[in-house]
Amino acid sequence: MDRRYFLGTATATAATFAFPAILRAQSSGPIKIGFPLPLTGPFGAIATDQQRGAILAMEQVNARGGVLGRQIEVLFRDDQLKPAVGAQRTKELIENEKVDFIVGGLAAHVQMAINEQAKAAGKLFISISQSDEISAKPDSGPLTFHEALNPTITGRAVGGWGVKNLGKAWWIVYADYAWGKQNDAVFTSVVEKAGGKVLGHTPYPLGKPEFSTHIPKILAAKPEVVLAAAPGTDSVAFAKQAISFGLKKQTKLMMPLHFVYFAKEGGADLFADVYAGTSFYWELENTIPQAKKYVEAFQKRFKETPDSYSGYGYSGIMEVVRGVELAKSTNSDAVATALLNNPIYDHYKGKEWWRKCDRKAFQDLWIVKGVSPARGEWGYYDIAAKVPADEALDRTCAEKGYA
Amino acid sequence: MADFSLQTLAAQAFTGLVLGGILVLLATGLSLIFGLMAVVNFSHGSLYMLGAYFGVFLLTFTKNFWVALIGAPLLVGLFGLFMERFLVRPLYGRSPDDPLLLTFGLSLVLVELVKLIWGRIGLTLDPPPALAGGVDLGFMVFPAYRLFILAVTAVTLLGLWLFLERTNIGLIVRAGTRDPLMVRALGFDLGRVWFLIFGLGVAMAGLAGVLAGPLRGVYAEMGFEMIIECFVVVVVGGMGSLVGAIVAGLLIGEIVSLTTFFAPKASELVIFIVMAVVLLVRPSGLFGEPGLAE
Amino acid sequence: MKGAVAAVARPIAAHPVLSIVIFFALLPFLVPYRSLATQVLVYGLFALGFNLLYGYTGILSFGHAAFWGLGAYGTGIALAKLGVKSLWLGMLSGLVCAVVAGAIVGAFCLRRRGIYFAMLTLAFSQVFYFAAFHLADLTGGDDGLRGIPKLPLGFFGLEIPLDKPIAFHYFALAWATLAVAGLRRLLDSPFGAVLRAIRENSDRATACGYDVARLKLVSFIFSALIAGLAGSLDALRLTIVPVEALYWATSGQAVIMTLLGGGGTFFGPFVGAATFLVLEDRLGAFLESWPIIVGLIFMAFVLFLPKGIWGTLLDHLPRGSA
Repeated sequence: MDRRYFLGTATATAATFAFPAILRAQSSGPIKIGFPLPLTGPFGAIATDQQRGAILAMEQVNARGGVLGRQIEVLFRDDQLKPAVGAQRTKELIENEKVDFIVGGLAAHVQMAINEQAKAAGKLFISISQSDEISAKPDSGPLTFHEALNPTITGRAVGGWGVKNLGKAWWIVYADYAWGKQNDAVFTSVVEKAGGKVLGHTPYPLGKPEFSTHIPKILAAKPEVVLAAAPGTDSVAFAKQAISFGLKKQTKLMMPLHFVYFAKEGGADLFADVYAGTSFYWELENTIPQAKKYVEAFQKRFKETPDSYSGYGYSGIMEVVRGVELAKSTNSDAVATALLNNPIYDHYKGKEWWRKCDRKAFQDLWIVKGVSPARGEWGYYDIAAKVPADEALDRTCAEKGYA
Repeated sequence: MADFSLQTLAAQAFTGLVLGGILVLLATGLSLIFGLMAVVNFSHGSLYMLGAYFGVFLLTFTKNFWVALIGAPLLVGLFGLFMERFLVRPLYGRSPDDPLLLTFGLSLVLVELVKLIWGRIGLTLDPPPALAGGVDLGFMVFPAYRLFILAVTAVTLLGLWLFLERTNIGLIVRAGTRDPLMVRALGFDLGRVWFLIFGLGVAMAGLAGVLAGPLRGVYAEMGFEMIIECFVVVVVGGMGSLVGAIVAGLLIGEIVSLTTFFAPKASELVIFIVMAVVLLVRPSGLFGEPGLAE
Repeated sequence: MKGAVAAVARPIAAHPVLSIVIFFALLPFLVPYRSLATQVLVYGLFALGFNLLYGYTGILSFGHAAFWGLGAYGTGIALAKLGVKSLWLGMLSGLVCAVVAGAIVGAFCLRRRGIYFAMLTLAFSQVFYFAAFHLADLTGGDDGLRGIPKLPLGFFGLEIPLDKPIAFHYFALAWATLAVAGLRRLLDSPFGAVLRAIRENSDRATACGYDVARLKLVSFIFSALIAGLAGSLDALRLTIVPVEALYWATSGQAVIMTLLGGGGTFFGPFVGAATFLVLEDRLGAFLESWPIIVGLIFMAFVLFLPKGIWGTLLDHLPRGSA
């Protein structure tokens, strides 16, 4: 027998016996993912939805043995919808809990506060709610991923569909803060590019939805479509006032985004025939097999129906896990690289992918229309159209400040 | 820019009147309590919110809007009695800031309690079909329900005036506002009156809440948005002056309504600028007791 | 038991500056993670500034968020938007903003008393809030000011990096020590005595011949300076300035912490900050309804322990204490 061969075999054999020891040393404890979200505050219902999606993902992953032989643990922290608190909770997750990754955030200003802390600590952050800035320079870092839709994509999709199908003369009512202003700008540009015209703009102070003084003016201008970029309960107030002043009878109403929680809060009548965009709606289970699987698992686990943001929570956690599996490591840089080299995924509604230059996720979205009466407890919408994922719906990386 | 037609102006002014109505109800309640007891009730906004929630609760239970309209303020008033007896009364004689601090804490607790009981999603409060339509006023078609708010405010204020001017308790209240020591020296149980008036002031906040519910929806944070405006109104009118609360409420309602239409970005600031200007010229507000402020 | 408590509490009360230095030097190792200790330090400093006005001068302000926020924005804008390369200059910029605002706001608001004064301070802080909200090009608007660089400290030729949490903590502690020592000198001086006289009875102090208006203004400005220092440190700590820093709810936090800890005491604001923030951090981690608990605790304090934790402790020390 050749001495070299013998040595080689002996070494290989020894290594094989030693390998489990190395494995054991690494798989000490679960892989931790930090998840800041506003469980208290005006968007608590949506945050709970995100949380449930994340819990479902965590439990499914652990049920199949975890990843790299380790279980995953998602640690939820209340950020109270405040950036300062979000920043502090992120610090706690990173320094105290020693999380490997962060997923979460609802509302742009809190996301960016979370992002700043994650960037400083070199941790991968998958942000899961609307923000144009989070995937652009200077806020975005090499480990900042954005799973959710943003105002530009939503605006171009919803506005593009609206100007083709509902009418060319528009009026835009918007809350006077970043999200509202971004929607105003995007919808205006989309409508005008398609040959339509925005007859007027009505900014209003966020949280003070008093439109009684404006609606007569809007009525007088006779728009075919009124867009209301009013978040949360403001949208309920707007819908109420639109009805009571007769605006709804005269024009079509559109909103960039809608959630079944506010449909429930306002009642089916309030949002009937109102068009909006959404990243996911549970009745898609009737047409999309992945959605059916997701919705059924969710309903079984929580005895509740999932809304759009639960999908973000679910997909965010699943992507972290997929990245860890691909990279065979919990190092954030390695996981980021792995995700960008294998950008296509599909966890609950169809194909999504990461764009390499800005780590932005592209996904299908749908235009929904409110129905009354609702079908059962949560059947508030009909699906009017699907807008397939398309990078042309977002700004180019050059426009976002990347070289 | 906006069009300056007389019709639009009239429409704006009328809307401002209605907005002012809710503020007036809130502010008179707050001012009543402060005028008599020198207590700054920071939880007034949360009690307004509680009124709206009780309104929804009663409406769901009895399916009768009128029951909800009367019942909600009564329930809030009852809670106010409980508040005075157990939370505010122990603080008399201590630092004047203490009731303010306590009610500040209470306002936070009430918001969370409401979310625990009724959930995180807001609720709907619908006016009865009789009030759902519009009324043609000539210069605009106005929702009937908003006119109803104006009517209720007017009736409530009338009732309050009659109570203060024409009843014996009202007399004690007015005297007690002017000189509590003297009233006690004359042998009257001011404590009992304070107890009742606190409940009454708080009930007015509850009434404002149940009236406002159909306008913007019912949700736990609705009080926080009103409390600052309410304080501005009371300060501008003069703490403790009911006439001041009414005048200032309508004035501020008008100013906000007009500014929101003609210069929306300034609308959030304008109430503070008005307040600063008024306090510069009249240190205790428009109708306040002189000497309290300097 | 009482003797043991007194043995600890008495020297702490007698030597506040040293106590605070020792307490915060050790705190990073006593709490679950370092940044929590720094958060307690910075918010405690904010409450300390508020307490100078409330606890020692007897004036309740609703608008102290203005100085905290202006300190934060002053530093943040200098470092993030204007490209200032020196940490010292950045902080100075924040302090100057806070002091200037303190002088203007104080001069205006102190003409009135009681609830009218409080509402005027609130009005000013709200005006600053809306200004920051809408001047998005300068302040980042409602998204907040991001991208504040963590510059190293240039100290006698050395470049000390501050990006490690523990390093930043001691940096903040150094500033807090200066502030607390300065405040101690101020309050132990005749000026401090007059402030307490004003707190007890402003009219009598005037009758004694003191220029009460001027003294109140000086106290107000010092209070704004300390709050501004705290805000400036927080901007550096978080590398962001959220626009909520100027909102009235932030003023409310200073009030809550001061009350929890004990107004009119040195250590009180820090005890209050520690209690509130540690509760928020630990309770919030597993209890969704923690705000109710904190609110109820606060109400209980107003009712039963108005002197706060530290104040009540000091009160119950056996006779013979300083």
